[in-house]
Amino acid sequence: MLLNISNLHVSVEGHEIIKGLDLEVGAGEVHAVMGPNGSGKSTLALTLAGRDNCAISAGSISYLDQDLTGLTPEERATAGIFLGFQYPVEIPGVNNVYLLKAALNARRKNLGEPEMDAIEFLRLIKEKAKLMQMDQSFLNRAVNEGFSGGEKKRNEIFQMAVLEPTLAILDETDSGLDIDAMKVVANGVNSQRNGERAFLLITHYQRLLDYIEPDFVHVLVDGRIVRSGDKTLAHDLEAHGYDGLLAAAANS
Amino acid sequence: MSSNQQDLKTLVERPYEHGFVTDIEADTLPPGLDENVIRQISQKKNEPQFLLDWRLKAYRHWLTMTEPKWAKLHHKRIDYQQISYYSAPKQDKDAPKSLDEVDPKLLETYEKLGIPLHERAKLAGVAVDAVFDSVSVATTFKDKLAEAGVIFSSFSEAAQTHPELIKEYLGSVVPYRDNFFATLNSAVFTDGSFVYIPKGVRCPMELSTYFRINEAKTGQFERTLIIAEEGSYVSYLEGCTAPQRDENQLHAAVVELIAQGDAEIKYSTIQNWYPGDEEGRGGIYNFVTKRGDCRGANSKISWTQVEAGSAITWKYPSCILRGDNSVGEFYSVAVTNNRQQADTGTKMIHIGRNTRSTIISKGIAAGRAQNSYRGLVKMYPTAENARNYSQCDSLLMGDKSAAHTFPYMEIKNPTAVVEHEATTSKIGDDQLFYCRQRGLSEEDAINMIVNGFCKDVFRELPMEFAVEAQALMNVSLEGAVG
Repeated sequence: MLLNISNLHVSVEGHEIIKGLDLEVGAGEVHAVMGPNGSGKSTLALTLAGRDNCAISAGSISYLDQDLTGLTPEERATAGIFLGFQYPVEIPGVNNVYLLKAALNARRKNLGEPEMDAIEFLRLIKEKAKLMQMDQSFLNRAVNEGFSGGEKKRNEIFQMAVLEPTLAILDETDSGLDIDAMKVVANGVNSQRNGERAFLLITHYQRLLDYIEPDFVHVLVDGRIVRSGDKTLAHDLEAHGYDGLLAAAANS
Repeated sequence: MSSNQQDLKTLVERPYEHGFVTDIEADTLPPGLDENVIRQISQKKNEPQFLLDWRLKAYRHWLTMTEPKWAKLHHKRIDYQQISYYSAPKQDKDAPKSLDEVDPKLLETYEKLGIPLHERAKLAGVAVDAVFDSVSVATTFKDKLAEAGVIFSSFSEAAQTHPELIKEYLGSVVPYRDNFFATLNSAVFTDGSFVYIPKGVRCPMELSTYFRINEAKTGQFERTLIIAEEGSYVSYLEGCTAPQRDENQLHAAVVELIAQGDAEIKYSTIQNWYPGDEEGRGGIYNFVTKRGDCRGANSKISWTQVEAGSAITWKYPSCILRGDNSVGEFYSVAVTNNRQQADTGTKMIHIGRNTRSTIISKGIAAGRAQNSYRGLVKMYPTAENARNYSQCDSLLMGDKSAAHTFPYMEIKNPTAVVEHEATTSKIGDDQLFYCRQRGLSEEDAINMIVNGFCKDVFRELPMEFAVEAQALMNVSLEGAVG
């Protein structure tokens, strides 16, 4: 199993947000995690990436048969965990490509590969930028500085495409995107699907799943997964809303 | 971040890299200051009478002055009678004529500092004047520069070989009455660099001076004078280091630049004096007066500084834009960590028509440091259509550091345009986490963010030194976020 989360409890600033969550993700699988606002979706994503204010009070997370909880964010990243941020941060004066090159070489070092030379790197990012329909000038701007909401999200998927992670967690990558941008993002994700790479798509709406077909859908309510199923669950959810599920969760 | 606390602690406690002392026999005057000390300095340097007279005038005026108190700096009272005003490595009577005759211990010192005076200097293609305590120990490439008509020597030597130039220009930009520290310097200055670029000459290589304080209980008071004749160009860089000591040492320098018509002077500084330890013990008190005079039309003076060291930095490299269409620039990165304090900025004095100035200041404060930008933009009634653009950005690290901005403006001409922008930001946990999520270590992430913040200034440095500046920045801020 690529990722195995068992009875996870996570608190942020003293408030328990995740209250006993179990989830298994196998290699090559696409899992969608859906849920209403405040149900703990982003906390789950940040906890997996190692954000220090997400305090684990109980439970375990294993990734590639290794305990993930003792690793720093950079150790997790170089081990192949990628987080596409819900709100990508701006870093003035730091070139987009420069950050990406440092990131890629950190990953390669972990895999025991030599640093990529400049020409090869340039070829790679040009190819990936084309896939994401990104303008070249976009690459040489400072990280996310002055980017529109849609450009920031596209930049996240572009980075993912370059870094080729083992587990990609995309936190509400679809939010704030118009339909054309969403198609580009979905296309980027679909092109990265193969038998090995796993995805955890965190989303509020079902519409992203029209373009990226998940293998599994989970519904997260109040810090717990209350329903799991195949892609038809997302359609049920669209038809009946979270309220029905909330009621079901309250009764259980 | 708690898992990294131990690492950070080790890094913070990592000693200052240039803190070693060279064990060399020195000829040092006993501490204390009176007219007799000044006469001895002048005599040791075999100076012409006019220089001694000038020193004594300055000294007598200094006795009537008091230390300025307006800067946002706190330090122990400086006892001017406890400082030795002259120290020089002992050498054979005749000054060394070539590098081969320079004491190997001195050459080794500069090697350790990463300043190659020997063969590597030739590869780097940079001419170096090395000033050790109160004297210049070596100047490289003098012959090659002389072919182009460029004079590059120690100040003391220039006083012998070109007294007429010294007489004409010394004190013409920073008069001996200028301010407390400049007046003290005028009385007791020991060495420094002298540069003269003749009319129409583009100096064929970068010039640089490395200042090193070695002796305990001495002050360093250097004086640098750069004259660029009509249509000439020169790029000059100074670097500074000092041993690690518990006591504070005074450094009070004066730099004067003169740009005649169509001339350009680019002056860059990488200041890395010993900053004191994390409790604020020791470190250099750096009180410096730097001023450039754009005398001729279309002249340009550009100051770029990376201020990383010193316990106290008090420094305002300025431009007097006298010539019509003249241009002044000030690009500054001032980084303070632990208990360091910096009060630095610039003055742009617009006198001529269509004069333009640009100020880009980046202040970084970490630990318990205090970092102030203080700048004056003054437009005289004669400054028709003058323009200034100022941008002052501050970056805070941790929650015990502070940044302050004191912009002053005096506008006496209605056609002048002055723009000022200022920002203060913090290295955010979000930025750090973002970089770390991409696989960068925390240190690398901080370095990347800080270097991004300083980029507008670093790109003004000569290529060879931009790399050095980045590396210095990384060392200065190691362990600054915890």
